[in-house]
Amino acid sequence: MSDFLSAPYVLQYTYTRSTGPVIGRFLESLRYGVLEGVRTADGGVLCPPLEYDEKGEATTGEFIQLRPVGTVKSWTWVPEPRKGHPLDRPFAFALIQIDGTDNAMVHVVDAEKPKRMKTGMRVRARWAEERNGTIRDIACFEPVLPYLPGPVHLDYDVRPGQHYTAFLRGLQEGKLIGGCDSQSGKVYVPPRAADPFTGNPTSEYVEVADTGVLTTFTIIRIPFEGQKLKPPYCFGAIVLDGADMPIYHLISGVPYDQIRMGMRVKAKWKPREEWETSLENILYFEPTGEPDAPFESYEEHL
Amino acid sequence: MRNVAIVSFAQLPSVRVSHATDEAELVQPVTSQAMKQVGITQDDIGFTCSGSTDYLPGRPFSFVAAVDGLKAWPPIRESHVEMDGAFALYEAWVRLLHGDIDTALVFSFGKCSLGPVPDVLNLQNDPYYVQPLGLDSISAAALQAQALIDAGKATERDFAEVAVRNRKNALGNPNAQIKGDFGVDELLEEPYLSSPLRKSFCSPLSDSAAAIVLAAGDAAKKLTKRPAWIRGIDHRTEPHSLGQRDLTSSPSAKLAAEKAGVGKGKVDLAELHAPFAHQELILREALGLGDDVNVNPSGGALAANSLMTAGLIRFGEAASRVLAGKADRAVAHTTNGVCLQHNLVAVLEGE
Repeated sequence: MSDFLSAPYVLQYTYTRSTGPVIGRFLESLRYGVLEGVRTADGGVLCPPLEYDEKGEATTGEFIQLRPVGTVKSWTWVPEPRKGHPLDRPFAFALIQIDGTDNAMVHVVDAEKPKRMKTGMRVRARWAEERNGTIRDIACFEPVLPYLPGPVHLDYDVRPGQHYTAFLRGLQEGKLIGGCDSQSGKVYVPPRAADPFTGNPTSEYVEVADTGVLTTFTIIRIPFEGQKLKPPYCFGAIVLDGADMPIYHLISGVPYDQIRMGMRVKAKWKPREEWETSLENILYFEPTGEPDAPFESYEEHL
Repeated sequence: MRNVAIVSFAQLPSVRVSHATDEAELVQPVTSQAMKQVGITQDDIGFTCSGSTDYLPGRPFSFVAAVDGLKAWPPIRESHVEMDGAFALYEAWVRLLHGDIDTALVFSFGKCSLGPVPDVLNLQNDPYYVQPLGLDSISAAALQAQALIDAGKATERDFAEVAVRNRKNALGNPNAQIKGDFGVDELLEEPYLSSPLRKSFCSPLSDSAAAIVLAAGDAAKKLTKRPAWIRGIDHRTEPHSLGQRDLTSSPSAKLAAEKAGVGKGKVDLAELHAPFAHQELILREALGLGDDVNVNPSGGALAANSLMTAGLIRFGEAASRVLAGKADRAVAHTTNGVCLQHNLVAVLEGE
């Protein structure tokens, strides 16, 4: 190939284009954030406006102001924008029928991902910050979602009460506190207002171990609103040694396909200086490496 | 009306980059070969017409320079269209109907390897409303393909099947650029260029050139045993604005086919100029071609697509099969513009 010469070469024209009364008026209106169509001889509306309709009839020169909202008639997702494209991130080209018109406009839709694109979807124009009388005064169109944001924000206090306070105070010192009613002898973590067997408060506080048995678990693989962790992660029920009721926490430090019922686990604590009155002082539970507990030993806790 | 026939055809193999040739160097071998096939020289040609676009090399008036590939002295009657060479063939056909000359040389050339073709083709869009958005040719065609899917007329699998069949047909074509026995599922795994179009649903870009000699009446019979007679030829165009067209059908191709008389007899084969796979489906419907018609035995534009030349090559591929006695009645088609805006259809017959 080196036998043949080759050199870069740029073709560039500094042409200007006259716009005329129809296209010129439309483009001038864009400058002021106004979208207009033109009435055709047979009563239709074209946007963008043209001097003649597809039958060759001159349009009337009557302009109609339109809401900058329309419907996608066809679209294509462009995963890798080219140099001349209006957006520098993946976007869609689309044919958009502006409400109240009989033709469609070629433009782009800023939709983040192709899944948000659909023929028939509603889009609204996003105006360019700086406008100079070209079709790119509309920076792009964006999806109109058929629902309102409806956030709720209310400020409350949390007052955990005496039993839970005891539990949280314990956590602050790296202890797991349970409550016991001497009549049943069962230890609940955290302590409860009433032992369900006796109806008495579990007011006798005892410290239980930070080791225990994983009785059951689930692996979360789907994302959802408000999720703090990135899936996949494992959530399990742990009956701590000395307790008669499981607590729930994250299971980690082990490949997910090796997690099993009956596995012996131990709390992995945060560094002491980060401890608060929170169960989050424990990062997760991890295997101790001891032999598994037999099924019969935790069966009643399932 | 005079009977006019295609009497010879020559083309250069389509390649991605032809390092060795400028325009005149592409033109000279094909024009001289087409004339040599029927034993004539430029001195025997009554009219010469070419099709090309200066935006491929990016050099204004490059079509004038292409005349350097011809013997043009003493001065010749010459014309040019800024379109596919098949439209130059149409002009030459009209010129032969005048009756004062009997032969015409038609040629075209396209070097796609020199510039950014998808962006160059944006220059055929509306300069006020579309060009500033940078609507490249692949994205424009993709809007049409998606409309076809939304209308329930085709699926991506249908597109893949078109691509597979064309590139398999191209195995028998020494001039094709992309050929092979591909699997439909394999093509459906390619990433999108502009959804729903994947690379294999789009034609390649090729450097090539082609030439055809036309002759009228007895002159045609003297030049070759079995001329490919142009029994009907017509071209129609649609509105320029994409937003004013139903992109899922081609009324212009349908009307041109009716006027050319495609439906008047059995069609042995059709060479359709469909630079994107889904466009072949639209064209088959518009031309009324059933499953019994052998479409694109050459592999079509999906196997080789030298812009401004691929359409003339469709005429040449169809005609050469009639000239060789392998087909009695063939259809040749060429398109120009965005999303099949403009269509030319001809019916070619042996005796």
